[in-house]
Amino acid sequence: MNASHDTEQNAYQSLSETTEHDDPRWAFGTGVEDVAAEITSPVPDGVDPADLAAYCLMLGDDALLCSHRLSEWVSNAPELEEEVALANTALDLLGQARVLLARAGHVEGRDRDEDALAYLRTDAEFRNVALAELSDDLDFARAIARLLIFSSWRLALLHRLLGSADPVIAAVAGKGVKELTYHRDYAARWTLRLGDGTDESHARMQAALDALWPYVGELFRTSDEERRLVEAGVAVDPADTREEVDAVLDQVLEKATLTRPDRPFIGTIGGRSGRQGVHTEHLGHALAEMQSLARQHPGATW
Amino acid sequence: MPMLTLDDLGVVRSVEEDGDRVTVTLTPTYSGCPAIEEMRADVRASLAEAGYTRVEVRTVFSPPWSTDWISSDGLRKLAEAGIAPPARIGLRSSGPIPLTLTPPSQAVRCPQCGAPATDEISRFGPTACTALRRCPSCREPFEHMKEI
Repeated sequence: MNASHDTEQNAYQSLSETTEHDDPRWAFGTGVEDVAAEITSPVPDGVDPADLAAYCLMLGDDALLCSHRLSEWVSNAPELEEEVALANTALDLLGQARVLLARAGHVEGRDRDEDALAYLRTDAEFRNVALAELSDDLDFARAIARLLIFSSWRLALLHRLLGSADPVIAAVAGKGVKELTYHRDYAARWTLRLGDGTDESHARMQAALDALWPYVGELFRTSDEERRLVEAGVAVDPADTREEVDAVLDQVLEKATLTRPDRPFIGTIGGRSGRQGVHTEHLGHALAEMQSLARQHPGATW
Repeated sequence: MPMLTLDDLGVVRSVEEDGDRVTVTLTPTYSGCPAIEEMRADVRASLAEAGYTRVEVRTVFSPPWSTDWISSDGLRKLAEAGIAPPARIGLRSSGPIPLTLTPPSQAVRCPQCGAPATDEISRFGPTACTALRRCPSCREPFEHMKEI
């Protein structure tokens, strides 16, 4: 569809172009909740809205933080093609996060939209697993190892969530399954190239897996909210995905001549971890950067 | 992809007219597709130009968009513009989603010279929906709209 334009178009004009009905772009207020029909669906019968909001934050924060870490590779990746690939993957996850955060905001009924939830919460209010927030320290093998583990786990989760009783979670799962399938393939192929590559690439890929392995156990812990929502047909028990995720990782590691690390789960603090708002020191640093513009210029649009 | 209409792309789910009120329902291609805002603005602008005063553009995510929803006309227009169109994928079987570790398929026809087999350079192209390929016969690089 082509809108007619009186003046000659150029890139700068189209950035500032507005029409009577136009939304502000690239900043606050492009809200998916204004437009996505599913987000305002009623809370399914028998479901505690507080539990549903918490669960949407868990799934949304995982995607948001992983997306942010992937986006740090823009202008830093070893090759242009990988930069584009990682940025595309980040964009898919950001899209999933936006819908889930908007749903959380709608369900909790405290007048917080996706922007408020992403930019104005403190670290203890985030519900993501540690694996999503850890810094790569610009080590490409670390980025690939995280993406391999994260996408294998999230794909297994979302695949089981296709039939969720919550229409937003089911819709995110429907799109997310397609996207995570190629995120996982991408990470698995790079794991093969690095693991079965040179001595140097093999050693660095193994070191990356070793560094991340203590955070894998958290992926299969079941929070109280999840336990209650499984009953209501909204959530899946992450513990149920362990067998499938293990099988995928074993298949990749074996072909890549890598060794499955034998490292203990890093543990919890008083039984609490990411799902309960207990995070590593990496999260605060990530949020300081991710939220800086929004906190310095609240409500900014341009 | 200005050669495609939104209808060709299969993102227009419904158009409902009720007196002077029009409700258009769109679905995004990918979760994070940034073009959805542009699409909404284009729909509103076009309808305003056509004289409709009460226009609502809604977005739905479910059921998820698939390249199978691109019209036959759309596939033809993509090929004419030098973008290799996606193959039809049909329904996926149930059960766990298999991991694909094999090299990318060569079975994409070159939109420039028609050679039947081409190489994938990168799974990720300039937009979320395309991959970059190169033709070993005519040596031209081109984009391929990925099946999803």
